[in-house]
Amino acid sequence: MQLHRFHGGLKLADETDASTAEPVLVMGVPAKLTVPLGQHIGEATEACVQVGDHVTKGQRIGQSKGYIAAHVHAPTSGEVVDIDLHPVPHPSGLNAPCVVIEPDGHDEWGDARMEPWLDWDTRDLRALRQRLRAGGIVGLGGAAFPTAVKLNPRTGQRIHTLIVNGAECEPYISADDMLLRTAPEAVFEGIRITARLLGVERVLFAVEDNMPEAMRSLTETLPPELRDLIELVSVPSLYPTGGERQLIKVLTGLEVPSGGLPADIGMVCHNPGTFKAICDTVIQGRPLLSRIVTVTGPGVKHPRNVEALLGTPFADVIEAAGGYAEGVDRLVMGGPMMGFAVHDDSIPVIKATNCLLATRPQDTPSPGPLMPCIRCAECAAVCPAQLLPQQLYWQAKAKDFDAIQDYGLFDCIECGCCAYVCPSNIPLVQYYRYAKNEIWAREKERHKSDIARERYEFRQERIEREEREKAERLAKKKAAVKNKENDGDKQAAIQAALERAQKKKAARADESAKGPDEASDSDQSGEETSSTSDSRDGDDR
Amino acid sequence: MRFRTESSPHVIPAHSVGGVMQQVLMALVPGTLAMTWFFGWGVLVNVLLGVLFAVAFEAAMVAARKRPVMATLADNSAIVTGWLFALAIPPLAPFWVTLIGIAFAIIVAKHLYGGLGYNPFNPAMVGYVVVLVSFPREMALWPAATTLPESPLTLLQSLQTVLTGSLPGTQEWDAVTRATPLDAMREGLVSGRTVGEITASPLFGTFTETGWEWVGNFFLLGGLYLLFRRVIHWHIPVAVILGVAIPAGFFWLLDPDSFASPAFHVFSGAVIIGAFFIATDPVSASTTPLGRILYGAGIGVLIFVIRTWGGYPDAVAFAVLLMNMVAPTLDHLTRPRIFGRTRGGPPPGDGHA
Repeated sequence: MQLHRFHGGLKLADETDASTAEPVLVMGVPAKLTVPLGQHIGEATEACVQVGDHVTKGQRIGQSKGYIAAHVHAPTSGEVVDIDLHPVPHPSGLNAPCVVIEPDGHDEWGDARMEPWLDWDTRDLRALRQRLRAGGIVGLGGAAFPTAVKLNPRTGQRIHTLIVNGAECEPYISADDMLLRTAPEAVFEGIRITARLLGVERVLFAVEDNMPEAMRSLTETLPPELRDLIELVSVPSLYPTGGERQLIKVLTGLEVPSGGLPADIGMVCHNPGTFKAICDTVIQGRPLLSRIVTVTGPGVKHPRNVEALLGTPFADVIEAAGGYAEGVDRLVMGGPMMGFAVHDDSIPVIKATNCLLATRPQDTPSPGPLMPCIRCAECAAVCPAQLLPQQLYWQAKAKDFDAIQDYGLFDCIECGCCAYVCPSNIPLVQYYRYAKNEIWAREKERHKSDIARERYEFRQERIEREEREKAERLAKKKAAVKNKENDGDKQAAIQAALERAQKKKAARADESAKGPDEASDSDQSGEETSSTSDSRDGDDR
Repeated sequence: MRFRTESSPHVIPAHSVGGVMQQVLMALVPGTLAMTWFFGWGVLVNVLLGVLFAVAFEAAMVAARKRPVMATLADNSAIVTGWLFALAIPPLAPFWVTLIGIAFAIIVAKHLYGGLGYNPFNPAMVGYVVVLVSFPREMALWPAATTLPESPLTLLQSLQTVLTGSLPGTQEWDAVTRATPLDAMREGLVSGRTVGEITASPLFGTFTETGWEWVGNFFLLGGLYLLFRRVIHWHIPVAVILGVAIPAGFFWLLDPDSFASPAFHVFSGAVIIGAFFIATDPVSASTTPLGRILYGAGIGVLIFVIRTWGGYPDAVAFAVLLMNMVAPTLDHLTRPRIFGRTRGGPPPGDGHA
């Protein structure tokens, strides 16, 4: 197969030998599970259990609200002891809502378990998608995008190619490698289900050329009837080939349009782990309860891959890999290029936790003093998005948010190649994230002020209209009075009015003996309050 | 357990500014030694003085700007500036030429603009042009290219000459210095001789005077090392050399008697060192691939034009400074196509997030 190249990228040392020496260790149930309600891209789920409830394995504990969302399930049976904010793996370091479960040790499936669908082949496509939704499946490569959404292309969009992204996204990570070595059958089953769902013509299964064992395992177990559908492709290991846009370019030479999705060019890309999860959910009725995590780096004693229940504390996972090595001072979720350092190891494994990387000061020294950019443009030479990071950096620093978008800020995939090669130790990706957030915040602000302005204008218009109408009414009344005068009852009318006025005067004199003259004032103010209360519905208060 | 949190990437940095500059310095060594061999000890004396002044001014300016002095000096950029300046001036130029040139380079061209990374013009070339237009007599004192054993001045005498500004003993400037090949060519052509007559001199080697040719070769060697180590990219050096050679070749083919050969142009004067070491100064050059080609080509063509029809025998410094002015615009106009987009245009198809 003719492969293609993407611009830039980095040849990084392969660090996966240590973690692939031993088979995947299936971890037991920890003493406590802290299951975050938001583990995916999209809106967090809403807890659908209460403190004190007994939950069974696979029971839904977090109900998704939006379309781009995925349910959360109890990884084992036990009691819900807390639903509150707890530390979660997030770059912000902020706490987020979690369901804390104290396992009862029985690990029992209750009635909530979905029935196994050995006959999935005969099931309706809608039902299949419903099943994936019910299983809470998200992309397990690390981005955690809800799978059911990806497998539901918009009407009129035809997906012809399914891409299996077996290119590990970063050095050190070997979760896919180990999965493909040990459970290729489940992955193939998942591919079959997905291929049927999307109606694709071909499946390109990419595996990096530094994963020969995985490739061998796949070649040996590829079912004969799938040989026409699935093509196994060995791709060069060049970071970030694991990025879907880059992988699609390598495999097909096509570029996903800027701001678009692979579906725009008829492709969908999934990680092997996701296919295994699809297989588990559809065929066995097992929702996403656990995942393979690579525990590695010079900061752990025995790097390896483990299968951990979602909600297992990082500390337990590290313990399963022999514990920390001497002098460890940094714990990263994800790989060395895009992962983020966490401050605490009590935080739990989530659907996006593909790797825990522990390092010592000598492996990840604090970057030297920040030097000025010397415009060497090494960053541009390695940028897979073909951007000019040196210009984006200046624009971000200058807060020139128009120019930075013009230069393609939102095409940046934050792979970190630029920061890696920067001789001045500039944390370039941080600058881009800052600029993106700033632009998003401003857009929100603008949207808000647009709405406020609309409301204001609407209110102004309504007040004007009301005044106009009032004036018209008054004019009509006046005209009516005039007509009456002309009728000849003028004198009588004047007489009557005078009498009324005199009566009023007398009444007022009575009142003024008691207190200040309020009658006319209260009339006026009454009108004003009514007008303001009228306007409230249209106002921004 | 609690951990240190720092931003990605979580790896050992691949490069440092100090390291990059160090590579440049290493690459300058062979050419500098060759220059010393052919033009005498004065070259080394000037390089040492140049580096010393540059580091001193840099330290003073950094301290005055209240920045960390040692950390800034560790970027080695001042050493590169001092060294390149020293190679550009005549080896026996008096010390105050270096002092003034470097002062201008470091104080005005570099730090008044904000220091490393913020200077729009190549500091060494600014300093060089200042002394070139201010002190034409001192800047013409190029010794004849001989070899070190035949050199009229010992190391100590060279030092003395540079510090005092006059030759030791009874030696005369006229005996020590000679017109450079570019001067000879220029004056020869002006006085009506043909290129053939001028280059018939026994001092001329294959392309130009033997000494200049060898110096060029050794700077070329250093430049190739920088290319090999990916400290610089091919675009600028290749474009500079072709920018000189192509117009030179065109006019030479038209009239070989009145126009020197492209090889003469490339190997005389500062084209090689300019192409690999001066034009490639990242701060003041263009940064996009196409921009670099245009930037380099512009320098090359300007060198040829100024040499041939302008007022100076060599023109690398002027050409570089002129193109420095254009670099930001070149960067803006030569942006590469962004992944997933058509060139210069909006994204293909309907761009929806």
